[in-house]
Amino acid sequence: MDDMIQLTEEQKKRRRSRSVAIAWVLGALVVLFFIVTIVRLGGNVASRSL
Amino acid sequence: MSDTSLNISRSGFDATPTVSEGGVGDYIALMKPRVMSLVVFTGFVGLVVAPGALHPVLVLAALICIAVGAGASGALNMWYDADIDAKMQRTAGRPIPRGKITPDEALTFGTVLAVGSVVCMGLMINWLSAGLLALTIGFYLFVYTMWLKRRTPQNIVIGGAAGALPPMIGWAAVTGTVSLEGFILFLIIFLWTPPHFWALALNRTEDYKRVGVPMLPVVAGADATRRQILIYSVLLAPVGLSPAFIGLGGTLYGVTAGLLGALFVALAWLVYKRREGRAAERAARQLFSFSILYLLLLFAVLLVEQAFGGLLAWTT
Repeated sequence: MDDMIQLTEEQKKRRRSRSVAIAWVLGALVVLFFIVTIVRLGGNVASRSL
Repeated sequence: MSDTSLNISRSGFDATPTVSEGGVGDYIALMKPRVMSLVVFTGFVGLVVAPGALHPVLVLAALICIAVGAGASGALNMWYDADIDAKMQRTAGRPIPRGKITPDEALTFGTVLAVGSVVCMGLMINWLSAGLLALTIGFYLFVYTMWLKRRTPQNIVIGGAAGALPPMIGWAAVTGTVSLEGFILFLIIFLWTPPHFWALALNRTEDYKRVGVPMLPVVAGADATRRQILIYSVLLAPVGLSPAFIGLGGTLYGVTAGLLGALFVALAWLVYKRREGRAAERAARQLFSFSILYLLLLFAVLLVEQAFGGLLAWTT
């Protein structure tokens, strides 16, 4: 276990900021895909055969 | 973006494990945000001036895809060019030469963005615009960066096609086709690119010479470059005016393009005539700065005319 890389506080901070940025981007993509789906389907969203 | 990624460079394999040092800002820098903004702007003009209507949400989605695709091109370019970037004054501060991001991370980041932007464009807009976006990224990476940049002084002439495609992508996103109007917008940027970059390269010859990039001033000399700048400027001026004759631009566009084109040629003439010392440097710098303004104003006027046209149609 001694040869494991120990991250410094600065490196931990950067990793956290990268993780937060990725989370925001993924969240934004979910919202975008949802809205685009609604826009593309329009009023036909309810008129599909079940 | 792994925290314990190995440092694998194109030139070889370094077994020393490295910890990822890059912050969010470094990844943004990797996407060349200034280039990206120009690409997004010209793509937006293509989207707006194209006949037909696209829902504002889809316009936004298309712009995001174009922006991310441009960012992918920038990241992949920085991955491949990391060795020469480190030796050039203008590019030494980029994230890879500074050791903030490893080449391996840049390659992964660029590839994910490239594939993601093309697939999203295809699924959300249409597959023609997605194909053009893929062509843009591929052309910039494989044709310009990997093949031409280090081999021929025509690198930016042919490679300029990649930067000229965004208005066509925008046009294709709305119409689902590629037409003469979209091609004219492509041609304007295509002919604009050589005088723009050569004006910059004239004052950075030593940088390019040191890293062995055969830019035209390095290979053919400053005088031959000045002649080529003038030739391309003379070709650009009428092509810049042509949207006014095919109905893409109106009177305001015609007048603006005429004046700006004349000014472009006049500044290129100054570059051609002033060949020594500070005056020569200043002339090249002026042309470089003006060339950016030229493209911005030309496309901005197309936007303004479209907006006013829409306003007039709405009020009558």
